[in-house]
Amino acid sequence: MINLLIFVVVVLVIIVVVRVVRVMELATELSGEDDSIINRKDNRFNGAMMIIFLVLGVGAMVYFTLDAKKYLLPLSASKHGVIIDKLLDVNWVLLVVVFLVTQFLLFYYAFRYHHRKESKAYFYPINHTLEVVWTIIPTIVLGGMIVYGLNVWNNITKPAPKGAMLIEIYGKQFDWTVRYAGADNILGKSNFRLITDDNPLGVDSTDKASKDDIIAKELHLPVGAKILLKLHSRDVIHSAYLPHFRTQMNCVPGMTTEFFFEPTITTRQMREYTKNDKFDYVLLCNKICGVAHYTMKMNVVAEEPEQFNKWVTGQSLVFPKPAAPAPAPEKATASITKP
Amino acid sequence: MPNEIIKRSHDAHVSGNGHGHDEHEHHQTFWTKYVFSQDHKMISKQFLITAILMALLAMSMSTIFRLQLAWPDKHFPFLETVLGKWAKDGRLDPSMYLALITIHGTIMVFFVLTGGLSGTFSNLLIPFQCGARDMASGFLNMLSYWFFFASCTVMCASLFLTTGPASAGWTVYPPLSALPQAIPGSGAGMTLWLVSMVLFIGSALLGGINYVVTVINLRTKGMKMTRLPLTIWAFTITAILGILSFPVLFAAALLLLFDRSFGTSFYLSDIHIGGVPLEHVGGSPILYQHLFWFLGHPEVYIVLLPALGLASEVISTMSRKPIFGYKAMIGSMLVIAFLSFVVWGHHMFITGMNPFLGSVFVFTTLLVAIPSAVKVFNYIATLWKANIVMSPAILFAIGLVSFFISGGLTGIILGDSALDINIHDTYFVVAHFHIVMGSSAIFGMFAGIYHWFPRMYGRMMNKKAGYLHFWLTFLSVYGVFFPMHFIGLAGVPRRYYANTSYEGFSGIININELITMFALLGAFAQLIFIANFFYSIWRGKRAVQNPWKSNTIEWTAPVEHLHGNWPGEIPTVHRWAYDYSKPGHSDDFIPQTTPYSETVSSNLPGEE
Ligand code: HEM
Ligand SMILES: [Cu+2]
Ligand SMILES: [Cu+2]
Repeated sequence: MINLLIFVVVVLVIIVVVRVVRVMELATELSGEDDSIINRKDNRFNGAMMIIFLVLGVGAMVYFTLDAKKYLLPLSASKHGVIIDKLLDVNWVLLVVVFLVTQFLLFYYAFRYHHRKESKAYFYPINHTLEVVWTIIPTIVLGGMIVYGLNVWNNITKPAPKGAMLIEIYGKQFDWTVRYAGADNILGKSNFRLITDDNPLGVDSTDKASKDDIIAKELHLPVGAKILLKLHSRDVIHSAYLPHFRTQMNCVPGMTTEFFFEPTITTRQMREYTKNDKFDYVLLCNKICGVAHYTMKMNVVAEEPEQFNKWVTGQSLVFPKPAAPAPAPEKATASITKP
Repeated sequence: MPNEIIKRSHDAHVSGNGHGHDEHEHHQTFWTKYVFSQDHKMISKQFLITAILMALLAMSMSTIFRLQLAWPDKHFPFLETVLGKWAKDGRLDPSMYLALITIHGTIMVFFVLTGGLSGTFSNLLIPFQCGARDMASGFLNMLSYWFFFASCTVMCASLFLTTGPASAGWTVYPPLSALPQAIPGSGAGMTLWLVSMVLFIGSALLGGINYVVTVINLRTKGMKMTRLPLTIWAFTITAILGILSFPVLFAAALLLLFDRSFGTSFYLSDIHIGGVPLEHVGGSPILYQHLFWFLGHPEVYIVLLPALGLASEVISTMSRKPIFGYKAMIGSMLVIAFLSFVVWGHHMFITGMNPFLGSVFVFTTLLVAIPSAVKVFNYIATLWKANIVMSPAILFAIGLVSFFISGGLTGIILGDSALDINIHDTYFVVAHFHIVMGSSAIFGMFAGIYHWFPRMYGRMMNKKAGYLHFWLTFLSVYGVFFPMHFIGLAGVPRRYYANTSYEGFSGIININELITMFALLGAFAQLIFIANFFYSIWRGKRAVQNPWKSNTIEWTAPVEHLHGNWPGEIPTVHRWAYDYSKPGHSDDFIPQTTPYSETVSSNLPGEE
């Protein structure tokens, strides 16, 4: 509704401007000839519009930015996300300053130096000192930003510590599956040729490490743990995006990618922080992967380690033990692997 | 000196004593004049009109998917009329949504801003501003247009397939684009997309080679490289970029075609889809991305540099002041062009690329900001103490600089790999590239059209309509793309048909409505332009020879189009293009054809 109002106001302003231009035009016609292609009125009108646009534009941007705060992601729920956010803030401060100064000069000069018959432009083709100065200053500033940015990047991408908890995130059109490594913290091998309805990840049952692997349809993360995600896709490229954890990595068929992070804030804490008791973390697909790309997501729960342990023991194994006698499917898979 | 010979034979052919010339004109039939023309002026108009029509199509597509994004649960019966089965009950089909954004992006980037922009203005201005009778090869030039036209035709034809056009995004990453099982658009639609692109690459190469050869060989007497207007520098560098990078896209497309049709595995491995494992093993989808972006990043400068060149020329001419730092402008274009070949990895930070390699790409990417900043400062310095004649063209050029700043700054964020982790593929990216590449380049194109319309059609466009067009478009571009940054910062992925599946995104529907309203306003503004453009072709006020009192030599040719451009000898050039408001001279401009001996009162030391 408020948008509609804004829209109506904009349209009204436009109509008014058009009328004013028309009146000014008539006034020129009455007040004698100005036969240049672009006449005095044109120059004054557009010069003035430059300033109007600058002032209203910056005003609207500031207003909108303050208003849009409520839509942005809340504070980072992962350890590395905090340093990313800080880097982003530093960038913003710098960029907003440069933005305001350069845009101001651009629009102000356009207004200030609009054409006047009496005046002549200042012939000023080059000033070497200026060129050097405004090459060197951005170089220094960018040098600083590069060093800072790469520092953060290296911090985030350095090899994960030994013993980090392994979680496989497995994408396919159009859902996610997760696999926990179990007590041995080793994910059993998998192969796309082993995929069946009962074995959606194609886990190799002959690999001992797979015996305790756990499969789930919800991603639970114990806060404070060091987590190394192993990412896979079985069909097209997907991208595992956990916006609240400032975490994203593509899932590429034929490859394993990984991302290391440490969740710090539980779902419950985040609900309190955002004052929204329906808040949930989410795992989204962020690489176009087909018609239902926009529905490909998984619920994510961050919780205290005790709750996590309780939850994870309640989940089913990749190869449930007692139920059906194992040999039958195993034979089937073996015959596929041979050739 | 082979180029001397070319020049002379050209001269003899056209000028003579005026007799041979007339005879030549009479041979023209409708077909050779308007259709299979080899004249650079006509080819330039062909490119322009084709591009305008394609842009209209792509813009209509954007309004359709903007409606979907703003009102994901409303029914728009007219959509069913337009799209038939793709919009049952007036609800856009999700696969058609993806098809629309894909074709929208492809058309805008390749057909409008590469083919259309370079095709129009390189063709128009290279012979005119270098002082040549025509392009080095009129025949190749004609082929370039007809390849372009064929390519547009194939792309449009793909819209009518029962399985729909290509829908894997304009970057068509495999495996999605390689497997018809993955998405319906990857059937025949994708094949036509690839065929169309191959034709397009043919067009771009034929055109590019011609542009470079013409600039190197066919400059008129006295037109040293350092006297060329910045437009020509920009077009030449652009053409070189295209010649070096389009063949790589060709290779990428060819391998994709092989994977699709002949069972090879360049890009495919370990895939289980549609309930069965595929035989492809050993390929890598990431290989495609490297090849694609090796073109793809230079491509954004192929789009941008001509626009910057046009803006430089328009800003200098209309502000009646020499462009500030002519050589620095050339230098920064060269540096940008060089760097554009070593930054492609910034599109791939989170593909699992080695983090150290990522660091290298961060470094090279952020370096691009330096020459870009230099360009901006030079533009601003040019406006300082100028005497700006507010033609519609310079308004668009100023708008371009404004977008170049805004979009360039967000590029610094995206180029920082650590920050890219969380905003890659979100709407932040969409906002960024629409401002810095889409809108800047389109504004450069508009500046060029308004400025050189009299040169193309011998008539003026209506300036009042031009002002209205500019201010509405300027407002709507910021109205559409400024808020879009916040959607991205909220974590909303791009290429989503609707943001309804995650509760946390429900709030941004407000922003989406606002954006769509501005998009509709912007689309309306383009109709003003279209009306003005076509009306002025036939009914515009007749133009005088040099309406903007410009220095460059295209304005010394008569308003009527002649085969060979100048009736007599080609003018000789004596100075650079930017002697505006030179102290000591009575006029505020000195055309390039005026020798220093006639301007003794204003000559600087060293200018004899
Ligand atoms: C008429 C004004 C325009 C509007 C309202 C508009 C809007 C949009 C929107 C909403 C998307 C979809 C983003 C997504 O879901 O990922 C999109 C995609 C795109 N647009 Fe535009 N756009 C406009 C003009 C342009 C121009 C001038 C260009 C030229 C560069 C352009 C190039 C693209 C590209 C390359 C894509 C990406 C397509 C893809 O995701 O594969 N657009 N546009
Ligand atoms: Cu997806
Ligand atoms: Cu790039």
